[in-house]
Amino acid sequence: MMACAACASVSPDMSAVSDGAAAQFSLPTIHCAGCIGTIERALAGVNGVREARVNLSLKRLSVTGPIQPSDVLRTIKGLGYEIFLLDAAVLDKATDRKGRDLLLRLAVAGFAMMNVMLLSVAVWSGASGATRDLFHLISAGIAVPVVAYSAQPFFQSAFAALKGRRLNMDVPISLAILLATGMSVFESLQGGRHAYFDAALSLTFFLLIGRYLDHRTRSAARSAAKELTALEVHQCKRIRGERVETVPTSAVAIGDILLIESGMRVPVDGTLMSENALMDRAFLTGESEAVDVVQGAALQAGEINLGAPVELRATAVGEDTTLRRVAAFVETAENSRNSYTALADRAAQIYAPAVHLLAFVAFAAWWLGSGDVRLALNIAIAVLIITCPCALGLAVPAVTTAAISRLFSKGFLVKHATAIERLADVDHIVFDKTGTLSSPAVDIPETLSPRARSICLSLAQHSNHALSAALAERLAGVPPVALDSIEEHAGQGISARLDGQVVRLGRGAWIGADFRGFGLRIGESAPIELPFHEVLKPGAQEALSDLDLPSEIVTGDHAASARRFADLAGLPVLADARPEDKSRRLDALAKEGRKVLMVGDGLNDTMALARAHASLAPASALDVSRSVSDVVLLKESLQDLPLLIRVARQTQRLSKQNFAIAALYNLIAIPIALAGFATPLAAALAMSASSITVLLNSGRIGYVK
Amino acid sequence: MNVLVVLIPVSLILGGLGLAAFIWSVKSDQYEDPEGNASRILLDNDKGPDAS
Repeated sequence: MMACAACASVSPDMSAVSDGAAAQFSLPTIHCAGCIGTIERALAGVNGVREARVNLSLKRLSVTGPIQPSDVLRTIKGLGYEIFLLDAAVLDKATDRKGRDLLLRLAVAGFAMMNVMLLSVAVWSGASGATRDLFHLISAGIAVPVVAYSAQPFFQSAFAALKGRRLNMDVPISLAILLATGMSVFESLQGGRHAYFDAALSLTFFLLIGRYLDHRTRSAARSAAKELTALEVHQCKRIRGERVETVPTSAVAIGDILLIESGMRVPVDGTLMSENALMDRAFLTGESEAVDVVQGAALQAGEINLGAPVELRATAVGEDTTLRRVAAFVETAENSRNSYTALADRAAQIYAPAVHLLAFVAFAAWWLGSGDVRLALNIAIAVLIITCPCALGLAVPAVTTAAISRLFSKGFLVKHATAIERLADVDHIVFDKTGTLSSPAVDIPETLSPRARSICLSLAQHSNHALSAALAERLAGVPPVALDSIEEHAGQGISARLDGQVVRLGRGAWIGADFRGFGLRIGESAPIELPFHEVLKPGAQEALSDLDLPSEIVTGDHAASARRFADLAGLPVLADARPEDKSRRLDALAKEGRKVLMVGDGLNDTMALARAHASLAPASALDVSRSVSDVVLLKESLQDLPLLIRVARQTQRLSKQNFAIAALYNLIAIPIALAGFATPLAAALAMSASSITVLLNSGRIGYVK
Repeated sequence: MNVLVVLIPVSLILGGLGLAAFIWSVKSDQYEDPEGNASRILLDNDKGPDAS
């Protein structure tokens, strides 16, 4: 039902995309060459499509030409893929400048490192006299401009940190690079034996790899957030006299009359002008049943109109709507995330001062001991280069990047930089019920005739109601019949004509039956009741049985239906929970020392999502809920939830292993450097070996099953 | 020793060519969809939308 709500929020006849601009769609379930071929071939036949191109890395489709987005949505859905329209205005097409800039610096550093290494090999293998000096000078000629260009990101960050009177990882890095280069230039001019140009360059190269991976992680999170905002098309229909015009939601003023088509979300708060309406408030309150409202009732932004099109007079717009107020509250509310320090930062806080201290002690000791400033400085620089956190700079970003791309291929968008670390700590899960774990299912009586089944299916296909969707799914495969004059009656049901008879599907009272539920009536024959109940969403059962963590349900739904569902899921339940109750429950769990993962989609879950140690929302959730969540699930099935937790834990384990590897190398190399035996060759070996070990170890995240 | 006068510039120029090629590939958007490009080789549609 939730996916339907998301698709439905896209107005079916949004104005055609103008020539030239590409319409963007999100395709969360594509995964192989076959998908690309099928989709692109199918779209070639769609009216108006000039070019359709699938981007498998971003799981996105871009279509150019004068097309109706609804045609594309229908075609792709017909192929069995999930698809969402993205608001092109929100996605800026500008390529990732900073990432490219880092990549170029990385390439230049790599090129220079290789050449200088080659020249150094000659020196290491015994070149002496004029040849050695020549090689050192050529190396200097390559290294100095390259360090000045490629190491800029470190210099800038270190400078910013020092200006703010802080120490970060980039301060020892910059110091090591600058001192190594400066000292080596001086030694080369003096005809000295040791030059560290290769060390300065490989330091720059390996650290840039870490920096680039880190940037990729962050920009993936940022563009994910953008993509999610783009999921909701911020347009609505305004009635001006006789005309209906499509305007951006931000342009709606108080008093404007808006047309809310069936299946659309109410864009602003307002009062209902039409006689009655049937609204789905599951997102706002967690109630599983649709709510009847009559003329003059207040509607809140975020509700979905399940009945016929209705008119609404706007009473609160923009930042004043209930939805926005909650969003603003959540943004300002204190949450555990802001106070969480990432593993890498914690390591840097200990490491950076230690490195400086060690180098300074080495310098002072050798100076006092030997009285030779040049020798003392050389040893201090060797210590700085060897301890420099090359592997430390790679330890976390390399694993996180690999983990995020692995999760993305499983349909999880990781939005927050520290989300994976926090997910690894989770020891308790709280689920919302409606829409997150449950979906409605209709029981078809055994006695229902094949003809009645066909009629049922055809009627259900014409309605946006969640029950109709469930019914249509249940009856898939039954041949539909052709119906005339189909009419949707807001809040009641759907009627049509078939062979001169009126057929109706809807509420008991409306079809003239004495049951309260939902039923079908053909002509004047006896009404047939179609009982419905809630079932676990596909994949939820597997996810729940696979999870090794205590879980519970907290829902805004009534106790009776909540209890029934909880028995089905085999979880404890807290029913009738208002949004405050939900967040109070999370606070109580946090007080017990539990790290809670909140899984929810509604506005009523938003506060809880913000308060939880980590949070997950499905893509069909409201904007607000998604924006406070750490991870967004793009697929409908929760089946991979245990995998998410396993990958997060493995990420944490591998990051710590990487730190251990880096520390081990330092443990061996530091005494050698302090004793004054470190040569440029030793520095180059220690640095490359530890960095490559760390990178290879990170690749193991791909094997988590 | 004289051979160095030739070999060093040659090695630098060859390395520089590699660097230039990489910079060109970055600037011409070849890293926008690595997964898709890897998969596209498996498609055999001669007149497909990407044959243009």
